[in-house]
Amino acid sequence: MAVLLGVLALLLGLQLTGYDAVAAMTALWQGAFGSWYAFTSATLVRAVPLIIVGLGIALAFRGNALNIGAEGQFYAGAIAATAVGVHLAGRPPAVALPAVLAAAVLAGGAWVLVPVWLQLRYGVLEVISTLLLNFVAEALVSYVVQGPLQESQHIYPQSDPIELAARLPLLPGTRLHAGLLLALLLAGALWYLFGRTLWGFRLRAAGAGPRAAQISGRVDPRRMAAVALLGSGAIAGLAGGVEVSGVSYALFQNLSPGYGYTAIAVALLARLHPGGVVLTGLLFGALEAGAGAMQREAGVPAVTVYVVEAAIILIVLLADAGSRRAVAMADRRAAT
Amino acid sequence: MTAPAALDLRGIAKRFGSVQALRGADFSLAPGEIHALLGENGAGKTTLMRIAFGLVQPDAGAILIEGKRRTMDSARTARRLGLGMVHQHFTSVPALTVAENVALAAAWPVAPAALARRVRAVAARFGLPLDPALRAGHLSVALKQRLEIVKALASDARILLLDEPTAVLTPAESDELLRMVRAFTTAGGAAVLITHKLDEALAAADRVTVLRQGAVVFAGPVAGQSPGSLAREMVGDGPTASRPSPSRSRAPDAPLLIRLEELEVPRESGYGIAVRRVTLGVRSGEVVGVAGVEGNGQRELLRAVAGRLPPLRGRRDVAGPIAFIPEDRTTEGLIPSLSLTENVVLGSRSDDPWIRRGRIDWRTARARTAALLTEYAIVAPGPDAPAGSLSGGNQQKLVVARELAHDPKVVVAENPTRGLDLRAGQEIHDRLRAAAAAGAAVLVYSSDLDEVLALADRILVAARGSLIEAPPGAGRAAIGELMVAGGR
Repeated sequence: MAVLLGVLALLLGLQLTGYDAVAAMTALWQGAFGSWYAFTSATLVRAVPLIIVGLGIALAFRGNALNIGAEGQFYAGAIAATAVGVHLAGRPPAVALPAVLAAAVLAGGAWVLVPVWLQLRYGVLEVISTLLLNFVAEALVSYVVQGPLQESQHIYPQSDPIELAARLPLLPGTRLHAGLLLALLLAGALWYLFGRTLWGFRLRAAGAGPRAAQISGRVDPRRMAAVALLGSGAIAGLAGGVEVSGVSYALFQNLSPGYGYTAIAVALLARLHPGGVVLTGLLFGALEAGAGAMQREAGVPAVTVYVVEAAIILIVLLADAGSRRAVAMADRRAAT
Repeated sequence: MTAPAALDLRGIAKRFGSVQALRGADFSLAPGEIHALLGENGAGKTTLMRIAFGLVQPDAGAILIEGKRRTMDSARTARRLGLGMVHQHFTSVPALTVAENVALAAAWPVAPAALARRVRAVAARFGLPLDPALRAGHLSVALKQRLEIVKALASDARILLLDEPTAVLTPAESDELLRMVRAFTTAGGAAVLITHKLDEALAAADRVTVLRQGAVVFAGPVAGQSPGSLAREMVGDGPTASRPSPSRSRAPDAPLLIRLEELEVPRESGYGIAVRRVTLGVRSGEVVGVAGVEGNGQRELLRAVAGRLPPLRGRRDVAGPIAFIPEDRTTEGLIPSLSLTENVVLGSRSDDPWIRRGRIDWRTARARTAALLTEYAIVAPGPDAPAGSLSGGNQQKLVVARELAHDPKVVVAENPTRGLDLRAGQEIHDRLRAAAAAGAAVLVYSSDLDEVLALADRILVAARGSLIEAPPGAGRAAIGELMVAGGR
């Protein structure tokens, strides 16, 4: 419903600004779902980082830690994965792959240690500290690709390609890599954590009602938020590692087209449900994959899909506010 | 009296939900006087003043300002008519300066230099030095209170309504504030002083009005009154108010399940000490009630007993499991957005049948919740409904059901029936008594003295962080006197 309205808004906007709206939409569809190759190599490849980071965001937000720094954690993971991945000559994939991904997870987690510490020690809002560290991470990428990790010719601002053994296997004939399996596994794990385990329930309770959770005497909401933030950083770091190991095989600036930010929308749109994140990640992946095609085929700037994304989010938020108001009104009527 | 009353409230009535807050209250404030308004918690003092200030609309009654009948539809109207109000809680914006806060309250244009001059002028007129450039958040408590008063006076108020202005002040600061109020009335203003401190009312006020359960029970000059006589007016001493059964049957040698020795507990805010060297024992089968004027340490004491607030020093031996029924059910007792089942699981212990090695068996938990709904007659669509969709009484019953489900050895309850109708309150009382009969030690605080009297085998009065044991069979008046006398 929200998606339809968002697409409708785009159609209207395109028509009003004089583009061929139908051609543009056709290109968008073709680019995202038009062929097996488009679906796997464009849509799914785009969706994997959005899903993984989105799951990390869902974990943080569920635990009442507002992690706006997934972009930075993604880059921290990408840097670590590259640093390990270029130094694994002669190792079998069974060693190299886990090493690369583990490095990414650790680096992503380490990147949030400072916000976690600042929060626990001084009560610094993690919204601000994680956001600011994004800029630090981007600067760090810029430094390492012109310094310690620069390719051996020392010409281009990018790293050497990682060893073959450190690359995720591909689905034959496509660019789709095994990171999709990791994303689905992770979604399943989080679903189990939130839905079935006592610890996951306490995390949700600490997020939904920190005061009541604390008074229950069995949950420390501040600790829960810290753990959620750490886990979230590790997951975003994993996404960075998966991107290097599955798609780019090297580190360079602008490796992420803002996955860390788009994933917030992905997670919120899914209402922080792990299964929902898979679906919304897919949707946003399709939109962004289609955007490229739309630009090539119909000359419509790719950024217009951000309008659709924004419209979808706004519509969902409005619907939420509307239903809350309806509930409140029903309550008032019941009270009188 | 030739001049009309500065403020005249006639027959004011107000109902909130099932609670009749005011029942035809009359209040008359003469020009040039300080008029103390007394009453227990919930007697309707604040509501009456909020009605005068246009923040609450009365169901019935008339408001006359200087002899003319007025409709107080908003605080803006009240300010225009010369009223100023100092609220119980600080209402300044911490990030703004003193001058900006005053401008905000008085609707002055924000022109820095002129504003600072105006604020200084108002402050100086009443002997209240205050630097207009300071940020409100950086002021000390006494200066914050001073700012509140300057805000109230800024729009040329002639009538000042002060809601417990000295509650947060030291005695010296209180004296200074009351001198200032006197200067204001000497200059032609009139002031209403809501307070819990009877000696303060006697010292500062010209006349006094006492509210009890929303009705005026006394109005007259302070001359000839004593703290004791005012306390009797506040709490009443009707035949129904004497204790129904002073001691219920219980074994005097039952085991002590709560034992405190010289316990000291910090304030919840972390600043200062709330409970001072309290020693207390509660036996199995006993219901001990704590009475006291709000803010005398009873809240912190109960939370320390329940293990929710770590004490500073002293000994605390409390048998488990402990059931804790917090005062505020929507933020502390329950999580409104979660389902009833989830809220029951929130209180889980690792040996509950629905917990298996860190996993939750929701089917068992749901069945258990459904059983609790039936057992406690909780009106709810079902165990999957969000807790926020229940009425207050049913929410409270859910909290009680969850907490008592573990056959607790110790039950700690804060204002367990606040805001509930009679029937729901009665059911909760029955549950607490049943828990005691089953061998628990029950410690309950209520700001409603009648509730303490109805429920408790033994009554303790909290005053300034200490506990005073009320003599067996003491009635409302005797306990009321302990509440205020201990507070001195």
